[in-house]
Amino acid sequence: MALLKIKFTQQRRVHLAQGLWLLSWMAVMWGGVIFCLGVYLKTELLRRAEVMDNTEIHVVPNILMMVGLASIGTNWVASRVCQDSLDPTRFPRWKVPLLAWFAVATVLCCLLIAVVALSYALQGSLEESLKVGLRNGIRFYKDTDVPGRCFQKETIDRLQMEFRCCGNNNFKDWFEVQWVSNRYLDFTSKDVKDRIRSNVDNRYLLDGVPFSCCNPTSPRPCLRYHLTDNNAHFNYDYQSEELNLYSRGCRQALTDYYMELMNSTGPGVLSVILIQLSVLLSLRYLQTAVETAMVLEDPEGDSEGYLLEKGVKETIEDLKINALTMLKFGQVDPNAAEGSSEVADAEKDEKDAPPSPAS
Amino acid sequence: MAVLRLKFTKNERDKLAQVLWILNWISVLTGILLFSLGLFLKVEINKRGELMAERDIQYVPNMLIAVGLIACAINFLGGKICYDCVDTNKFLRWKLIMLPYIICTFFFTFCVLVGALMCYSMRGELEESLNLGLTEAIRFYKDTDTPGRCFLKRTVDMLQMEFHCCGNNGYKDWFQIQWISNRYLDMSQKEVVDRLRSNVEGKYLMSGVPFSCCNLNSPRPCIQQHVTNNSAHFNYEHQTEALNLWMRGCREALLEYYTHIMQSIGLTVLLTWLFELSVLTGVRYLQTSLENVLRQGDLNSESDGWLLENSFMETARTNLNIIKCLGKGNQIDTANNGDPNINVPSTSKAHYGPDNVPLKEIPEAS
Repeated sequence: MALLKIKFTQQRRVHLAQGLWLLSWMAVMWGGVIFCLGVYLKTELLRRAEVMDNTEIHVVPNILMMVGLASIGTNWVASRVCQDSLDPTRFPRWKVPLLAWFAVATVLCCLLIAVVALSYALQGSLEESLKVGLRNGIRFYKDTDVPGRCFQKETIDRLQMEFRCCGNNNFKDWFEVQWVSNRYLDFTSKDVKDRIRSNVDNRYLLDGVPFSCCNPTSPRPCLRYHLTDNNAHFNYDYQSEELNLYSRGCRQALTDYYMELMNSTGPGVLSVILIQLSVLLSLRYLQTAVETAMVLEDPEGDSEGYLLEKGVKETIEDLKINALTMLKFGQVDPNAAEGSSEVADAEKDEKDAPPSPAS
Repeated sequence: MAVLRLKFTKNERDKLAQVLWILNWISVLTGILLFSLGLFLKVEINKRGELMAERDIQYVPNMLIAVGLIACAINFLGGKICYDCVDTNKFLRWKLIMLPYIICTFFFTFCVLVGALMCYSMRGELEESLNLGLTEAIRFYKDTDTPGRCFLKRTVDMLQMEFHCCGNNGYKDWFQIQWISNRYLDMSQKEVVDRLRSNVEGKYLMSGVPFSCCNLNSPRPCIQQHVTNNSAHFNYEHQTEALNLWMRGCREALLEYYTHIMQSIGLTVLLTWLFELSVLTGVRYLQTSLENVLRQGDLNSESDGWLLENSFMETARTNLNIIKCLGKGNQIDTANNGDPNINVPSTSKAHYGPDNVPLKEIPEAS
């Protein structure tokens, strides 16, 4: 009751081996592509590491890089197996490594599916990380004389100009922090004293934004100060003015950018999953067909290839029994407790397991 | 007295033909490279077309594009010829074409050299063009409501942000023009009216710059207005303040950018020229050695190959004579009755004057 049995003539076996060799080299190439995608994603995330609070999102490119490298190695091994498969003297040495290979290939496919799921699941975490990172960046904008924070101003300015965004959620975030350092404030001036006294924390708050929020597509020279005061500027209405500053928040801009990046790797990852699965299945067929052919009297004759020797349920039962046998290793052989199928294998167990002394 | 004579055995001739075939195909690739370099330069110049005044600088990329395409065609033909030269029968097909081909290619390599030199000479024209173009662009910065100029503000802002520059020569260029449109000026305010009256042309001039001049690296929030007024800002001295605004002028920044591109392109074109010249030398040797083999009759023997059959001076003289004879082709050669071997004294014929004057109609003859 083998699963998905297919008959293979010698000719078909040869074709299968050749086709699989090509397929596995293609899979090696795609593994390299996945690795490069992972490296690219990681460098993009590292570039803006200063405005991110945690590195949870880095698990996506890390897995991509790992899977890429593992896939290169795995598929290279598959191509070597194909080369040896038609040679009856060299093929038997692959018998045990192939089991390990199948396990590794299955794990790789699962990891790739996990990466696709993670890249959607971690969007919330990315947003949180950006929210905190940007809030800190805006808060420390003025601290250009504090070691460790002196480049925050340049980072935030560059970010706002490059991504065409302003503030965390929007430009009003700048109204809530003091972004002009005290060393540039004239404390003898009435205006400064009034502003500092107007709030609890004695911060110099103003309804103005840095120059990097300015939108170059505005027909009017940029208005940066007294933004909420319609009378401060001629022919200006704060509510309806849209082009003066960037209206998007930087958190939204960065999240969109990274999500787009990760979505664009989606098709690549899916095709690698498909290729890896087809390599897996083809190699299994090749292995079983060649092994069956080797035990026949006529090695050049027809043989059968299958995915599993017995049906799915029986294979799982077998695996369970084997696993339990290994666990029972070292104990007195007890009465059969798991059902009739084990009784039939009990003798086999007694033969297989070395005689264990009663402990 | 051949120039650079070399001996070629049959094997060496065949090898030379094969090597030249490969080299010609590599030359096709370098021709494509030239073409793409010309295209790249053209695209780069057109990208900033709004900032350049009308000047004749398009001829450099156009020349490079044309030279690249012609190089591809010439070297493709050269490859075909060299491929056929291994077989002497096929060589006979090309025998008559080869010499004109070599001469054409020789003059073409001059074009390549001229193209390379033009890359270096373009700088002066480019500087002039940028100077005028940037002055105009800064002057029309405020005209965002005039069709045809409405995107100039954005272009200038993006330029200053991207190239880290301000104004034409420096940030003071912005003090001399009105960059705030009248529709954003409150004409009822005294300050505005004073400024407008303070100069002859009635322009609203101020010591302020647009936001795109602000320097990212400044530790201080950008000071755009009252830049030269030390007392307008706390703890500020505009003479020593170097990090507030971009100090470089945009003309200098753009010129440096383009010069860098053109120097790289010029170097590549020079290397291509040297390569083409060496391939041409190989083809010339191949042609002369094959012709000598045919002249000797025995196809498997050694033959000589050279660059010029006689010395340089003799060849030049012979060619000049040929050209002169071609020029005299339509005239009756009255000096020697058309035959250069007969030395007929000129007194035996009617004398119509100097040789190279065309015959005039004699009125009495009609």
